[in-house]
Amino acid sequence: MMNLLGIAVVVAGLAARLNPVMVVTAAAVVTGLAGGLDLIAVISAIGHNFNDARYISVAFLVIPVVGLSERAGLQAQARKLVGRLRSVTVGRMLLAYLAVRQVSAALGLLSLGGQANMVRPLLAPMAEAEEEARRGPLDGKRRLLIRANAAAADNIGAFFGEDIFIALGSVLLITAILRQNHLPADPLRVALWAIPTAIVAFVVHAIRLLRLDAALGRPRKAP
Amino acid sequence: MIKVGAVYVLAGIVFAAIAMFSECDTSNPKRWGAAAFWGLFAASFLVGDRVGDFANGVLVIAMVLVAGLVGLGAGKTASTSESERSASAERLGARLFAPILVIPACALLGTLLLKSARIGGAPLADPAQATVIATAIGVVAALALAMAIFRPPVTAPAEEARRILDQVGSAAMLPQLLAALGGVFALAGVGASVSRLIGHWLPMDSHLAAVVAFCLGMAIFTLIMGNAFAAFPVMAAGIGAPIIVGRFGGDPAVMGALGMLAGYCGTLMTPMAAHNIIPAALLDLPTASVIRVQAPTALIVLAADILLMYWLAFR
Repeated sequence: MMNLLGIAVVVAGLAARLNPVMVVTAAAVVTGLAGGLDLIAVISAIGHNFNDARYISVAFLVIPVVGLSERAGLQAQARKLVGRLRSVTVGRMLLAYLAVRQVSAALGLLSLGGQANMVRPLLAPMAEAEEEARRGPLDGKRRLLIRANAAAADNIGAFFGEDIFIALGSVLLITAILRQNHLPADPLRVALWAIPTAIVAFVVHAIRLLRLDAALGRPRKAP
Repeated sequence: MIKVGAVYVLAGIVFAAIAMFSECDTSNPKRWGAAAFWGLFAASFLVGDRVGDFANGVLVIAMVLVAGLVGLGAGKTASTSESERSASAERLGARLFAPILVIPACALLGTLLLKSARIGGAPLADPAQATVIATAIGVVAALALAMAIFRPPVTAPAEEARRILDQVGSAAMLPQLLAALGGVFALAGVGASVSRLIGHWLPMDSHLAAVVAFCLGMAIFTLIMGNAFAAFPVMAAGIGAPIIVGRFGGDPAVMGALGMLAGYCGTLMTPMAAHNIIPAALLDLPTASVIRVQAPTALIVLAADILLMYWLAFR
């Protein structure tokens, strides 16, 4: 049970608002030492797994393209585009994105969306522009709420769509683990049984997105 | 055959350029910290496969110390002004969207084509990494297209990338660092301890209690690990397979599918997940604000998921 000390380090460190990079590293060292590894083994394990996880950071390759597009006026153009769509609101726009994201992920088209290649360059600026066109300049709080909702729509759509596609990580891992435990595992049935929860997720989040417009429109409290 | 190593070399070159431009950015009071951080990150991508686990670990610790003790700072933006951007948008119109849209298009087509494309009997690209490779090809194509359409100065791609990565800061390494923490957790047997604790605290003497223990366990373990894929093998072996399927005769496909989804609800609520850290960094938000938006949906879906497993697994 000593090996759970690292979890306490994470909780305490994040609660104390220390630099998360330091907190996570300290947690890894504490966990490793408490779990009976020596320091060399812990550092080697950190190095090995960090190296194996480099594919995650390939997402940052998109950034120069995003930067160039922003420099050339991407956000201004996004504002112009949404200015033409009169019946659109932030909530409805994000709802449409959620639907497309979830359906395309369910068809295995996961790379169609994403935080780096869709949300930051397109979805968030368009949503902000839409709100500005309707209700005038945004204060920091509402801007933050809109951006966080754009990020959330991408995550929720991706998560609860991906699990329905039989050839993606989630279903493949589930069937592999079931087989390890000597259980029958038909990928098609695993994907099928994910559908009810996926529908619940879509409906719940869709309702919350439609209520977002009302929350954004509420008169701001005087400072 | 194109392997993922080629993509890492490309990423290494990009991060090395960021390091150089950070170093030259005199408006950043901590430019040496930023240069060291991105230089080390570049080294990880360029030589990580050749130097061995311990050297990689030392490199990670060095990055962490630079981030924690020196800091990366941020330069003052040397980009175009708001009026220049409006004028440029006026001139370019819808063409502005082309480079951004090339990337997902390439990623999509490339993934489909690369998986089957062969040259002389050998696959053109490593099929297991087709998406990563196709995305990288898309980025190169998009960059060429952006340079051709926008005609910015040649240093603009690196300059603009530095501007955005200054906002991201040391959080850029956090997703990989959390994967490393997950690796250490696995070596130290944290999974077994957590599943023993959950088995100890939550009674599993009825169908419903077992389902609740399994799904809550998935969500809680994912909150800790930041990754449902790390939680699933442990919880499935600890509770799902022996109790839900073994003792109570539940359907393994339902247990697996809905168990993983309970974990996803945990992912939506944890500051440990790359899925929440990366958008927060890219959009200049606190991670907590993304989680605050996602948590109500996650909690309602988790409750529904538990009920669905209870109804569907024991039909």
